[in-house]
Amino acid sequence: MPRLVDLACMLRSKNSGPFLITLDVFFDDLATYRRVVESGVLCRQTIKKCYQLSDEQLVGIYCFEAALGIKITYRRPISSGTCGDRDVYGAQQHAPLMGLLIP
Amino acid sequence: MKSLTLLSPCGILGYGFPDASFAYGLSQKPDAIVVDAGSTDAGPHKLGAKTAIVSRMAAKKDLQRIILGGWSLKVPVIIGSAGGSGGESHVRWTMDIIEEILAEHTSCTPKIAIIWADIPNQAILDSLSKGKVQPLDASSLPLDEQILKQTTGVVAQMGLEPILDVLEAKADIIVCGRAYDPAPFAAVGVFHGFDLALSYHLGKVLECGALCCNPGTTKDCMLGTLYEDCFEVYPCDPKRTCTPVSVAAHTFYEKDHPYLLHGPGIAMDLSCCTFTTAAKNRVRVQGSKIEATKVYQIKLEGARKVAYRTIVVAGVRDPLLIDRIDEVQELVRQSVQEQYKELDALSYTINFLNYGKDGVMGSLEPEKQAGHELGVVFEVLAASQDLADALCASVRSTFMHYGYEGRKSTAGNLAFPFAPSDIPFGAVYEFSVYHLMDVDDPRVFFPWQWWKKEARYAQIG
Repeated sequence: MPRLVDLACMLRSKNSGPFLITLDVFFDDLATYRRVVESGVLCRQTIKKCYQLSDEQLVGIYCFEAALGIKITYRRPISSGTCGDRDVYGAQQHAPLMGLLIP
Repeated sequence: MKSLTLLSPCGILGYGFPDASFAYGLSQKPDAIVVDAGSTDAGPHKLGAKTAIVSRMAAKKDLQRIILGGWSLKVPVIIGSAGGSGGESHVRWTMDIIEEILAEHTSCTPKIAIIWADIPNQAILDSLSKGKVQPLDASSLPLDEQILKQTTGVVAQMGLEPILDVLEAKADIIVCGRAYDPAPFAAVGVFHGFDLALSYHLGKVLECGALCCNPGTTKDCMLGTLYEDCFEVYPCDPKRTCTPVSVAAHTFYEKDHPYLLHGPGIAMDLSCCTFTTAAKNRVRVQGSKIEATKVYQIKLEGARKVAYRTIVVAGVRDPLLIDRIDEVQELVRQSVQEQYKELDALSYTINFLNYGKDGVMGSLEPEKQAGHELGVVFEVLAASQDLADALCASVRSTFMHYGYEGRKSTAGNLAFPFAPSDIPFGAVYEFSVYHLMDVDDPRVFFPWQWWKKEARYAQIG
C-alpha cells in the first residue's frame, strides 16, 4: 500500500496566523486526488490521533477539487513564537501525515 | 478592453527580487507597483519589540528600486504593513529609509502619504465593554485593561477603504501601517472601477510575489492584469511556470480554509472559480465571489513581554548518554532546583530540546529512535535576564559534569560548538491580542496624512 507521501506532489505545514497550523496535501492528477479523498484515511479520527488533538482543536478537513488539494487546520497547543513553541512558522509539522497508508 | 496591471516586486519588502524580473515588470507598463511588507509568521517578537522582519539594508535595496521604478513610470507605489508589523515605529522606520533614498536621488520628489493603523487602548476597552471584541482562532484569549497595558501597542489590519481615499488624493507613494495583505492591491483595482471580488482575489495571489509559480518564491516579481470579468497573472521570470493548478493551489497558502477567506468587512468565496490557461505561462481566473459581512470587523494584533530567555547549544555523541538523555535531563533539572532552593521552582522554566530525537515535534514525534548524535538546545525562561543567565549557567555546568549511572566519559557530557556557550537571548513575547473588533466605519481607525518629517500619530489621532 502506498504512503501518502508517495502519492502527493506537495505535502506541507504552515501557520495560518499565530494560533492555527494548516496542513496542505496536493496531487498531480484528479484520479490520485479522488483516490485519497475517497479512501477516507484523512478523517478526523486519524488526524486527532496523529496530532493529539481534542475535537475542538481540530478546526476542519477540507477538500478542494479545483486545486487537487486537501487542507487540514488545527489549533496550536502553544501560539507561535512564545514560550514552549518549537516551530515558530509551523513549517515542519507535516511529517506524521507522510507515512499514512492509502488503500 | 478596459484593463489594469499591477506589479508585485516580491512577497515581502526586503526579501529581494532579480533586477531582470523587475525591469521586465516595468516594461509591461503597470498602473501601480504594490508590495506587501507584512507578516506575523516570524512570531510576536517583531510587533512586541517594535523591530523589523528584514534588515534595514535589505529594505533599502528593494525600496530604492521600487520607488525609482514607480517614479520613472509616474505610477503610484503602495507599501502594505510597513516595517513588517505596521505599527507607528515600523512606519517611521520605513519612512526613515525612504527619506534617505530621496536624499540620494534629489530628482525624485514624490508626494508621500501615510496611513496609520495603531489602535488606541481606550477604543478597544470601549468596544470590549460593549461585547464587540472576540478572540480570533484561539479557543480563548482573555483581554482586559491590564493585558492591554502590558501590550506594547495594538495595530489593526486595514481594508481597502482608507487606501481609496489616498489614491483619490493622488499620492505618489502610500505607506500603509498594518493592512490586510491583499488590500493595497485590491484598492487600486476598486479605485479604477474593477470588480471587488476579482480585485481582492488578485491581491491575494500577488501579495506573495511569485509564490503561485513553479518553482514558487516570494523573492521574485509577478504581474497581474484585471479585466471586467476576470484577472490574469503571469511571472516576470521566464524560468518560472504559472499553471491553473499552481494558481488555484496558492489560494491554500497560510489560510485556514481552501476557498473561504475572511478580511476586513469581507468574506470571499473562491469555490466556484475557474483557473484556465490564457496564454503561455499566463493564468486566467474567473468566478471569484465576495460578500460584505453583516458587521465590519477589523483584526487587532498586539504582543506583550512574558519572560527573558538564555540558551545554550550543545552536541551529545556518547551513545550511553543518548540512551538515557531524558532521564539525565530531568535529574539535571532537579539538581538546579536544589541548588536554587531560595527560588520558587515555578517562577522559572528549564526546557531541553533534543534535535535528532524529538526536537521538532516533542511529544507528537512518532519515531522513537534517536540518531547517533543529538543536538541539544536548552533554555531557561525567567522573570529577568540576570536570573535566566544565572540559572542557565547552572544548568550548563550541572549537565556538563553530571555523573549519571553507567557513565564512562567522566570528563564531560556536552560538546559546545561555541565559546562562550551561554547566549543571553533577551525578551520573549506572546500574542496577547489577536481579536476581531466590530467597527461602524472602516476608515475611522486608519487616519491618513501627507508625510512630513515631524509627522506623529499623536498629532492627528
